[in-house]
Amino acid sequence: MKSLSDLDYSVLQQCMHCGLCLPTCPTYEETQRERHSPRGRIALMRAIADGELAVSQSFGEEMYYCLGCLACTSACPAGVNYAELLETARAEVEQAGVLASPTRSLIRTLTLRVLFTRPRLLRAVGRLLWLWQASGLQALARRAGLMNLLPANLRRLEPQAPTILAKFSHQLIRPVESPASAPLNVGRSMLDVERYPSPAPASPRRVAVLTGCVQDLAFANINRATVDVLLANGCEVHTPPVQPCCGSLHAHNGDHASALALARRQLDLINPADFDAIISNAGGCGSHLRAYGHLLHDDPAYAAKAAAWSAKLRDIHEYLVEINFRAPTQPGGSNPPASGAVSAATATIAATTVTYHESCHLCHGQKVSAQPRAILRALPGVVLNECAESQWCCGSAGIYNITQPETAARLQERKVGHVRASGAQVVATANPGCHLQLQNGLAQSTGPVVTVTHPVILLAQAYAAEK
Amino acid sequence: MSDLIAQLTQRLGTHRVLTAREDILPYGFDGTATLKQLPACVAFPRDAADVSFALKLAGVSATPVVTRGSGTGLSGGSVPLAGSLVLCLVQMNRILEVDTANLTLRAEAGVITQKIYEAADAAGLFYPPDPGSMKISTIGGNVAENSGGLRGLKYGVTRDYVMGLEVVLADGSICWLGSKCVKDVAGYNLRDLFIGSEGTLGVVTQVLLKLLPRPAARQTLLAAFPSMEAAAETVSAIIAARIIPCTLEFIDQTTLRCVEDFAKVGLPRDAAAILLIETDGHPAAVADEAAQTESLCHHHGATSVRRAANATEATQLATARRSAFSALARLRPTTILEDVTVPRSELAGMIRAIGLIAQKHALTIATFGHFGDGNLHPTILTDERDHAEMHRVELAVAEIIAATLERGGTITGEHGVGLAKKPFLRAQLGDASFELLRLVKRALDPDGRLNPGKIFD
Repeated sequence: MKSLSDLDYSVLQQCMHCGLCLPTCPTYEETQRERHSPRGRIALMRAIADGELAVSQSFGEEMYYCLGCLACTSACPAGVNYAELLETARAEVEQAGVLASPTRSLIRTLTLRVLFTRPRLLRAVGRLLWLWQASGLQALARRAGLMNLLPANLRRLEPQAPTILAKFSHQLIRPVESPASAPLNVGRSMLDVERYPSPAPASPRRVAVLTGCVQDLAFANINRATVDVLLANGCEVHTPPVQPCCGSLHAHNGDHASALALARRQLDLINPADFDAIISNAGGCGSHLRAYGHLLHDDPAYAAKAAAWSAKLRDIHEYLVEINFRAPTQPGGSNPPASGAVSAATATIAATTVTYHESCHLCHGQKVSAQPRAILRALPGVVLNECAESQWCCGSAGIYNITQPETAARLQERKVGHVRASGAQVVATANPGCHLQLQNGLAQSTGPVVTVTHPVILLAQAYAAEK
Repeated sequence: MSDLIAQLTQRLGTHRVLTAREDILPYGFDGTATLKQLPACVAFPRDAADVSFALKLAGVSATPVVTRGSGTGLSGGSVPLAGSLVLCLVQMNRILEVDTANLTLRAEAGVITQKIYEAADAAGLFYPPDPGSMKISTIGGNVAENSGGLRGLKYGVTRDYVMGLEVVLADGSICWLGSKCVKDVAGYNLRDLFIGSEGTLGVVTQVLLKLLPRPAARQTLLAAFPSMEAAAETVSAIIAARIIPCTLEFIDQTTLRCVEDFAKVGLPRDAAAILLIETDGHPAAVADEAAQTESLCHHHGATSVRRAANATEATQLATARRSAFSALARLRPTTILEDVTVPRSELAGMIRAIGLIAQKHALTIATFGHFGDGNLHPTILTDERDHAEMHRVELAVAEIIAATLERGGTITGEHGVGLAKKPFLRAQLGDASFELLRLVKRALDPDGRLNPGKIFD
């Protein structure tokens, strides 16, 4: 049971309603209504805690109109813990059942309770989806106009579904890989990396890599690249082949009990004491994974372990910068020129222009903003062109693009406009939701092809190209 | 009231007239601690004609009207009355004209202050007033409260940049006051009457602002001091040296630690006080003033003086300073902010008095503010649910006010009287001046419809 009135009141009082969060809130900007701002939402939550307002349908809708992007927490000088407030409010909305409908309850049970608590089942469903997409059935069905038979909601969502990859993380990554060991024979590997010539430090760093859910099904290549860049920097990498969902989806959607259960399972699987760091490469997951210490602070069996976990949890970019990652050298072995002079060899190769879109939960949730840029700047032949509003939400926001399609679409359009205006050929981002939202948005818009990728993919490619 | 809501809805549409509890509850407060009331209705006018329409309706139904922008006020000026109609002007947010021939800018009242600054900057011009909340405060709110900011020492306050106003009066008539003329003495200067009137005399719907050429150069210095007195003496020395920096800000240790926890801009956490100093103007003058200021700081015991390396760092430091009040909320749940201002020669004495009052009532009072203006923001850190402590807070506030008035100061330098400072106004003004305010109010708003109960009863 998690409710606003049971919450430590000082968390609510922390907001002194100065309003400095307002200009950073995408939903306030959209409507200019106080209730759609962090300050307004906190006022509603406080009214509930004070017994001045009942948990109503309108309150429930408001809590889910919030993107949960946490831009307000970066803007807040008072240090309000908005993430906890929002999670508590959503849990209260679910307990009160003010938004309940048979369809919504069914979808919630199927996703939160069935699919995203069973990693093997999730992979099986992913495999079926892959068959549907790869076999040509999907294309056939689309040509035949069969999609028009779907209800309007599903018809809209169908093209947004991620393209499932042929191999999932456990088929690309061995449970333990060390810098010296031969790589797994992955057949059609995304990356032709054979050896990792980085000298291993005296005592190699041991790290665990978290593979995620959507990341595992749609972007296993990003997980592979994450392992590759860690290996290239002398880490011994442990990647459990079957990992539970981290519970972020559940915590963000008011299913507090499942979030607790999944956090405990994660801690049972990976003992933080065994590792120097636990690595996440998805902004949304990482933001929640970092909060395990707080989430389980009053669980006597898990509190200490969860605190140790939070202390060792690192975003991949953050960790690479922390261990002073090796900058890739120019293809052909020559180092990039030290001064501004450009060598004749590189001058003929046009630089790739890359822009960076910040995952909200990476920059606002985890305060990791400079490190991904440091990695992009270290890539030979890459020029980083900043786009406007790189920290403004793209509208993906977990499942927001499903629950609030109109607002999500406007944010997507705004984001795609800024990405295109930067003139970049590639947009890098570090969260699967943003990745899909950008891919879909760019595909729907007109203009030159812009590729969406993850910074570690580019780094892994640069290491591979060294030889 | 229901008739008023029906007619407003008919004119503005349902999405511009809010009455549901979840919709209006977040309009029950502004940036001031502990004050809240539930209005009956919140309406979003599109122009002066809509405002006029609403005021006429309010006249018929005898409904009090409270005007509001972004609700960042710090004296309770835009806290609604129970059952009132709130006119929220944030949708009147167009910049109507940037006149580079006359160096003016005309905007609707709901334009965000930062946007005004940026529009001027884009034309190579400069709008100096920069209240702490400029990223979200509205220009109409700035005019209503006559807001100051960090640049007040050299550039003055909002009033100094208002050349003209469009105002809707209580009876719904729409007036234009002022002009683009630098000199204009036609009739009483009624424009100035509305600046700082806190929504009690009329509703400001448009502003005509004076702009300046953008200064060619700026330099920001951050000086750390081992004591508050050393910082205060440095300020006196700078002024005595005939240097008028654009910004001369003071932050005490409690405040600077909170600010650093939030902004992480490298403030010296061990300093007892810091001064943030910015000089601007011709590059040669800036270089000279910066060098002189730096040496004055060292001469008066500064433990370090840091020069901002570039404009980005300077902006970071100024932004960090602007977050001071909100950052203090990290320490205790309730932050009671004062705005007392004394003649600059009285600053050191005033700082000492605040320290003694804090000690006497066993309270934590953090102080920051605009040292160059004599405008201090002693902030009492407390918890509104602790009734015993809140009683001591009341006593301390009264004593701070008394100490201010003894020194020829004012109860509010830039936040306005609103609700928070109302009990102390008569003591400052004296009976005759206080009655004159009421006379003006009665003349312009005979039925007491506009923001009643603010400034005075």
